[in-house]
Amino acid sequence: MSPPHSSAALLSGWGRTAPSGAELVRPLGLGELRTTLDDAPTRGVIARGLGRSYGDAAQNAGGRVIDTTSVDDVAWFDAERGHIKVAAGASLDELMRHLVPRGWFVPVSPGTRFVTVGGAVASDIHGKNHHRVGSWCDHVSELTLLTPADGQVTVGPDRDPDLFWATAGGMGLTGVILDATVTLTPIETSRLLVDTDRTANLDEVMALMESGDAAYPYSVAWIDLVATGSALGRSVLTRGRFARRHELTGSAARDPLAYSPQVVAGVPPVVPSGLLNRASIRAFNEFWYRKAPARRRDEVQEIPRFWHPLDLVRDWNRLYGARGVVQWQCVVPLEAGGALRRIIAGLAEARCPSFLSVLKRFGPANPGPLSFPGPGWTLSLDIPAMVSGLGPLLDRLDLEVVEVGGRIYLAKDSRLRPELVGDMYPRLDEWRAVRDRADPNGVLRSDLSRRLGLC
Amino acid sequence: MATVRDAVGGVQSVLVLGGGSDLALATVRRMVADRCHTVVLAARHPDRLEGELAALRGAGAATAESVSFDADDVTSHQKVVDDVFARHGDIDLVLLAFGVLGDQDNFDHDPVAAAAAATTNFVGGVSAGLAVAGQLRAQGHGTLVVFSSVAGVRVRADNLVYGATKAGLDGFASGLSDRLAGTGARVMVVRPGFVHSKMTDGMDPAPFATTPEAVADAVLDGLRRGSEVVWAPPALRLVFGVLRLVPRPVWRRLSAR
Repeated sequence: MSPPHSSAALLSGWGRTAPSGAELVRPLGLGELRTTLDDAPTRGVIARGLGRSYGDAAQNAGGRVIDTTSVDDVAWFDAERGHIKVAAGASLDELMRHLVPRGWFVPVSPGTRFVTVGGAVASDIHGKNHHRVGSWCDHVSELTLLTPADGQVTVGPDRDPDLFWATAGGMGLTGVILDATVTLTPIETSRLLVDTDRTANLDEVMALMESGDAAYPYSVAWIDLVATGSALGRSVLTRGRFARRHELTGSAARDPLAYSPQVVAGVPPVVPSGLLNRASIRAFNEFWYRKAPARRRDEVQEIPRFWHPLDLVRDWNRLYGARGVVQWQCVVPLEAGGALRRIIAGLAEARCPSFLSVLKRFGPANPGPLSFPGPGWTLSLDIPAMVSGLGPLLDRLDLEVVEVGGRIYLAKDSRLRPELVGDMYPRLDEWRAVRDRADPNGVLRSDLSRRLGLC
Repeated sequence: MATVRDAVGGVQSVLVLGGGSDLALATVRRMVADRCHTVVLAARHPDRLEGELAALRGAGAATAESVSFDADDVTSHQKVVDDVFARHGDIDLVLLAFGVLGDQDNFDHDPVAAAAAATTNFVGGVSAGLAVAGQLRAQGHGTLVVFSSVAGVRVRADNLVYGATKAGLDGFASGLSDRLAGTGARVMVVRPGFVHSKMTDGMDPAPFATTPEAVADAVLDGLRRGSEVVWAPPALRLVFGVLRLVPRPVWRRLSAR
């Protein structure tokens, strides 16, 4: 049976940097999704969700790409125990709309809610609570996968754990994810109590996070990478927790689980390249830092403001113009604070304009060989791709990261030197062995896997 | 958007058609110094490139080889290109860099020689370009860089045949770029001015004369930016913006050497 609803498409990641052409198929349900590995073209197949990976993880030049977003059913929801079994194409946005009014929240949320459950597994995504609860796949009890070797299989931490953990952060290369069973987080209200601290420099924010993060379920710092000298690494640290019911007052108390996220603006399809440049990014960073309170406690915030401020603007990636944006996210071990300082100083010195830079402390890693998070400091940047000298600069930063035993996040990568992947992910061969069992003929391929020689 | 798979213009594998070209070799050396691990030089005399290949290997290319390629034998182009793609897998970048300059004074008295130059520069470019385009379309990504020339932007009397062949090649490449829109494969046209190289050895340099290394930098910058046309040096874009418009009598005087 040939795949349903196929067309030629030019696909890129959220960074819009390196588009490639593929046959895009759009199955309308689980039944059709199960046929998408049939008659696989020689250049292979990869699944794609909402295309929020910045790089080339969900594109497959000259091959087939499966758009899973129409396969989004909830198979069942246990409102007592907080478990949900949901199809891979469902978005976290849909899940939250369903769950929050019922007193449950996703266990992990990234900075956007427009990611799919399948993508969350394939990238083993993390959020502001990694230091307390780990990453997405730590909360998945079961996955259904479609593998080239064995067709439909069910895996979990206690059922073929090798394949389960190879799939966690496996970038979709171990099988097409059909559905996931996820353990949710109970909430009494949809509001957060947020503490904000503005710090004068990097040392101050790192010290605050080291000493205080454990007390907060959610913690992240926005960092100004344009500031130099004694202000190097100045930051706005926001930490919070869900409010208890009795802590709300006024209208919030009358409807404690209200949840209605909005999109307030869009960006037109064509934006002149260069709108976000050194000057405008410097000005934004200055404004953002100044507008934050020096210290504020127990501010009541709604979920979208705390987690997903960028989701207020649809297609915000278009602000970077046709040349797009490069994201770079690394993690370095906790004891390698010096390397973190060197990286941040290097970026500031190169006058590298990063619009939204984020610093966070990760907790322990899970068993996934390609899962990104691990104990350490993670720094993420986004830089207009048109910035000259960006390639060599990021190559130098990669070496700093490898030097101290860190790595960069594959879901965001679009330009890493392939020879560094093995150093960053020392269990790559172990992952390859599991992948070869699930996909002995290399049907599952992506631009990312080819560019980095993952398999 | 960058034209190759890498978001900042990085190239891992390159095929050069016209592997002896100073411009192409300068470009390839830059790429190998970055992260290019596979280089295939297709040339009329592949045996003459051994020293160059050894240098590229020494500079970090895991694979550097030459294959026999005759720009005039258009019936062979498809096979040569297909073989390279079959043996090396994905090719991020193809440089179409062959061409002959010739001497207009000779061409005036030797139409057969002029036609031979036109065959090499234009006919060969069309055939090889289409063979490459088919492969890039099938692999869903990759860039064909076509070395045109400012000589083709407005053809000069004393460089008539060469200029006309480059005008034809330039038009072909620009149209092919549009033909490939939406497939992931792309074409970038490079228009160098006078370049100090083997081809121009002994000639008087024209204004804005440049070097193969400077052209290579312009090519890399164009790849990073996702440019459709690159001028080398970049100032020639403005210069020819004006020269294209000057009246014919003025152009005749300006272009006389």
